[in-house]
Amino acid sequence: MFKHFLAVLTARNKEFTRDRSSLAWNILFPFLLVVGLSLAFSNDKRDRFKIGVYPAQHQLQAEFLELDYIRYIEIDDLEDATVKVSKHQLDMLLDLSGSKYYVNDSAPNGYVLEQILVNSPGMNLSKTQVSGDDVRYVDWALPGILGMNLMFSCLFGVGYVIVRYRKNGVLKRLKATPLSAFSFLSAQVASRLLLSISVTMIIYIGTKLFLNTTMNGSHVLLLLVFILGALSLISLSLLMSTRTSSEELAGGLLNLMVWPMMVLSGVWFSLEGAHPMLQKLSLIFPLTHVTSAARAIMIDSAGFLQILPNLLVLAVSTVVLLVLAAWFFKWE
Amino acid sequence: MPDLIVVENLTKTYGNTTAVDHISFDIPAGIVFGLLGPNGAGKTTTVEMLEGIKQPDAGTILYKGKALGKTFKREAGIMFQHTTLQDYITVREALQLFADLYPKQASVEELIEDCALGDFLDQNTHKLSGGQLQRVLLAIALVNDPEIVFLDEPTTGLDPQARRNFWNLVERIKAKGKTVVLTTHYMDEAKVLCDHLLFMDHGQIIAQGSPSELLANQFSDVIIQIPGTDLKVDQLPDSLDAQLHDDVIEIKTASVNQALEALMTEGIDLQRMNIRSHNLDDLFLELTGHELRS
Repeated sequence: MFKHFLAVLTARNKEFTRDRSSLAWNILFPFLLVVGLSLAFSNDKRDRFKIGVYPAQHQLQAEFLELDYIRYIEIDDLEDATVKVSKHQLDMLLDLSGSKYYVNDSAPNGYVLEQILVNSPGMNLSKTQVSGDDVRYVDWALPGILGMNLMFSCLFGVGYVIVRYRKNGVLKRLKATPLSAFSFLSAQVASRLLLSISVTMIIYIGTKLFLNTTMNGSHVLLLLVFILGALSLISLSLLMSTRTSSEELAGGLLNLMVWPMMVLSGVWFSLEGAHPMLQKLSLIFPLTHVTSAARAIMIDSAGFLQILPNLLVLAVSTVVLLVLAAWFFKWE
Repeated sequence: MPDLIVVENLTKTYGNTTAVDHISFDIPAGIVFGLLGPNGAGKTTTVEMLEGIKQPDAGTILYKGKALGKTFKREAGIMFQHTTLQDYITVREALQLFADLYPKQASVEELIEDCALGDFLDQNTHKLSGGQLQRVLLAIALVNDPEIVFLDEPTTGLDPQARRNFWNLVERIKAKGKTVVLTTHYMDEAKVLCDHLLFMDHGQIIAQGSPSELLANQFSDVIIQIPGTDLKVDQLPDSLDAQLHDDVIEIKTASVNQALEALMTEGIDLQRMNIRSHNLDDLFLELTGHELRS
């Protein structure tokens, strides 16, 4: 059994690493993306003001709470929100129950909002100063980009390949040998896991060297997040590929998975302030959990317990998707 | 010779179509067994059930007296009609990959020699020519030193020289005492290679036996051919059974002497005449009622 697994694993690894154009694309694309983003956002300016308002349900009617070009975010957890002010993720926080407001002393947006606030009628709040450095957008976006690259690599690298194998008869040929479906599938999973984690590490090291990106947490924990994330995404891809033999259909199905995750998993922008339904919907995507756990580790130096819910979702979804994929898998 | 495979009442349907309709036959060990028939006759479905790739709806297939299972998978070698190999692996690596999937392995060096793979051993499989790929696929089918080898239309699309080279390879496999199950559209291939033929049409067996037996049973006459440019059919004596086929007048007769005498009496020029016996193409036409379709 292990010999079969190893034989198929070796062949698949050779196949991928010799496909130079594909390999180069897998490494270069995310790296270029990060470099491009760091240039595009090099001035580190946000073009929108964000004010957190606590409590979420309040009765206060004031002009300051209805200004244009400001996004008002309802806050449930005051402590969490003050951390966001310290990290420049919120420009200002209003604690209406405690008649206080929080601004960061090094945030230009906070200063501007403060000037408007103190001159606004009906807003008699006392100031609480918060300090902390801004999180560069490139640092904020990097965990999501690493996760997104993992998603592309796992979804297309496994599902598409199996569909192609089925279409051109490779699966049929393998079916005629003593190779079991389990050995075949686990070799595909292992091969892609090795590859996607290696590529993620290369991108991580590259961005660290060239852009000095932030890493405040544990590398081991980050690796664990990416491994579980990769397994969950590979299993999702396997499930898609269990019966399909049309590459066009597979491409469509993969895009159907990729695009909602691209938009709703918090890769490019935070979902805070988005409709609660949308926020709940985003929780079904593995990429949401990879991104938020990786971001929590890299920026907020989160520990194991803090990201445990994300890890559990990824682990459980891996098991469920794998079982379903093995159940539905057909060689032809 | 003991039967290696025994098939009874094999049936397969797709929706309302019965692709294989309650057929029974045996494949003795050590022969080349040819499965012939027009497209849609059910031969590919039959052979895929024999290979264990498709499950029959009814009937049994026994290999060495037992249902197809692990032993069969270990001891069978299969060359499918439409398969490719993984991209970006070399011929040698492909051989090694498949060899590693079997407990019993043929000598890879011997396979390279037998199937003449030496010239492109380190080439990627997706860069091979049609003839080279067929030889690699044959080598892979032999990688477990199989007792039975399935070849599904192995020479389709090959040039005449590559086909003949391939026939030599099959002869070598046969010489090693292996059983070969061959499906083909080429009657010359079946004649050269097969010891036993089974003709199928509409999912049923319409004839089977050795090529010479089948021809002897079906035909007792020979064919006299005269180029159609030399004369017209209505110039021939009415006593002769003559027909025009592709600019050639064909006269079927059980007595060549009498036919020739009748032709000479009419003063017909026989300078470019040809006499031939019936071949498998004629047999195919006679049995299935239609021309060979590929």
